[in-house]
Amino acid sequence: MSSSTDPVIRSRAGRRPNRLFRNANAKLASLPMMFTAMIVFLGGTIWTIVYSFTDSGLLPRLQWAGLQQYERLWSSRKWLVSIENLAIYGVLSLILTLVIAFVLAALLDRKIRGEDVFRSIFLYPFALSFIVTGLVWQWILNPQFGLQNVVRDMGWTGFTFDPLNNPEIVLYGLLIAGLWQGTGLIMCIMLAGLRGIDEDIWKAARVDGIGTVKTYIVVIIPMMRPVFVTSLVLIGSGIVKLYDLVVAQTSGGPGISSEVPAKYVMTAMFGGQNLGQGFAASTMMMLSVIIILIPWAYLEFGGRKRG
Amino acid sequence: MKLTTKLLAATAICGAGAASATELEVMHWWTSGGEANAVSKFAEAWNAAGNTWVDGAIAGGGDTARPIMVSRIIGGDPPAAFQFNHGRQAEELVEAGMILDITDVSEQEGWADIITPSSLLDSCTYDGRVFCVPVNIHSWQWMWLSNGAYEAAGVDVPTTWTEYVETAGAVREAGIVPLAMGGQSWQQNGSFGVMALALAGQESWLAVNEDKDSEVVMGPEYTRVFEAFGAARELSDGLNVQDWNQATAAVINDTAAAQIMGDWAQGEFALAGEVAGEDYSCLPGLGEVALLDTGGDAFFFPVTGDPEIEAAQKELAALMLSPEVQVSFNSAKGSLPVRPDVDLTTVNECTQKGLDLLAAGSTVPSGNQLLSPDTTTQLNDLMTEFWETPSMTPAEVQEQYAAIIADAD
Repeated sequence: MSSSTDPVIRSRAGRRPNRLFRNANAKLASLPMMFTAMIVFLGGTIWTIVYSFTDSGLLPRLQWAGLQQYERLWSSRKWLVSIENLAIYGVLSLILTLVIAFVLAALLDRKIRGEDVFRSIFLYPFALSFIVTGLVWQWILNPQFGLQNVVRDMGWTGFTFDPLNNPEIVLYGLLIAGLWQGTGLIMCIMLAGLRGIDEDIWKAARVDGIGTVKTYIVVIIPMMRPVFVTSLVLIGSGIVKLYDLVVAQTSGGPGISSEVPAKYVMTAMFGGQNLGQGFAASTMMMLSVIIILIPWAYLEFGGRKRG
Repeated sequence: MKLTTKLLAATAICGAGAASATELEVMHWWTSGGEANAVSKFAEAWNAAGNTWVDGAIAGGGDTARPIMVSRIIGGDPPAAFQFNHGRQAEELVEAGMILDITDVSEQEGWADIITPSSLLDSCTYDGRVFCVPVNIHSWQWMWLSNGAYEAAGVDVPTTWTEYVETAGAVREAGIVPLAMGGQSWQQNGSFGVMALALAGQESWLAVNEDKDSEVVMGPEYTRVFEAFGAARELSDGLNVQDWNQATAAVINDTAAAQIMGDWAQGEFALAGEVAGEDYSCLPGLGEVALLDTGGDAFFFPVTGDPEIEAAQKELAALMLSPEVQVSFNSAKGSLPVRPDVDLTTVNECTQKGLDLLAAGSTVPSGNQLLSPDTTTQLNDLMTEFWETPSMTPAEVQEQYAAIIADAD
């Protein structure tokens, strides 16, 4: 017994340093990035959380204020409106982007004439920044010069479409601009996924007499799971970051009806010179991302490793 | 010539003796045509004294520029001088010991005697020491009226807020929007401040803004203000503009009858070739309580640790308040000088009204001097929500206003 375990222990003990130094070059090369991740991302996050419990104003200072910043945050109408806006925008943007992008990609996948041209046209808005997108759509949706005026000039004088000046529907004005900018990229990713589907699948479906639409929904979409996951991550991160589009298109107005959390953070920190409040708001933003992300990542990536 | 001797005298008094060429970087956010022109007056005077002015203009207004300036100061690479609005914006930088104490310059030049109103110097003073130079006066308490619009409506141009509200119906019938208001929150909150001072009177206004007395907000004087503000909201229906100068443009081309906006609006009327008294009228204090607040701009000088730069900073501080520079700068900027012993070359009817009020001492401190930026931001958010939410009643906004004032530091 002892004679058989000894060599195993010895060999394990002998191999341990080897394992640490295996691929030493690669590990050495990734050291700076690991360092950056630890210090900048993790360190910055912890620093922000710590200072969110202080009464920092224009300059960060360690004077504890307990939960005061959070109490004020959650009693602020603007913050509640921001969260509600982000939730509505997020759900709609997620669903609509996926649906529109997939339909466009599927249409392009039907080997239509001029595919390259259409693909370029659909992808083109992605080349513009959110600031430019916001300004362009501000003009398009302007009642005096834009869409409403064009339709009225064509004869429908009663036509009214003025989302940016109506607190009830201003979010949809933002959504239109966001979709216009973002769907092209998702469409391209979906198209790449569709191109990766084996031709034989289509032949088999045809032999079985399954219709085109049904094949897409029942066979193709489940096969494209990784593509959808990538798209979800891209769309999701875009939603949480939503800021520049709002600033360019509505600056949070009319009133506070199109405020978003990221804008709340910026205004508190730099407009109101209240860093503590901004830190508290950004900590809440991060917390919500973690709450959504961790169970999902666990299911998505943890599950596969086990299988 | 005269200027140079004055400067030399100033530096001699400072005991620095460093009148040799020193480069000073000055950061500010004056980038529009008139503003840039005004800054160049400072630069010309400074360069004429044998120094070099390095212009550090930041486009995008104060909210964009202030964080950049602050990060440079905290980051150890401060400019030699930077512009803030005088008031409480730089409070923390001063407390942190990052701003140069210029009390000696102030005493040598006798600022305490020449700067009028004295509240301007007070807001540069922290614990008895002077840390900034106020360079101009801008005030909010103005209402601009389009004579053409009232002619079209067939009524006389009102001279008080009461008359204005009474004639609003006739104006509306003529197809003109009675009140032009931009969609940005600072405009709505600013207009409310003007109405509060004009309708509730100086005593109540100071009790709220200076003593942070939330009971006065709930009192009868302020109730009247909130109701008037609710009525004003209806008067502005039918005009959707964002920027203040777009709202001013609506008054200029007679699609709107009036706007409540600070004296900087007069630059727009001048640019459009309109004449005060003929094409437009102005009512300081809405024609009710003629008081002006004395906001404006000030320059701060960060601590650099370099004695040569420090001497030059003090020299620049003295230069900015010299009579010649005050006249040339304020004429270009359209603002009022901070010292009453100088004459602006040409003033129109409205500017004269402003100068008379200043001379008579009918002034109050500005919101920037009394409220912290944090409180101002909260009030901005509240007032813009009210303005754009027709279902929100004046009583609701009054309660929330009182809560913010009660929490204000």
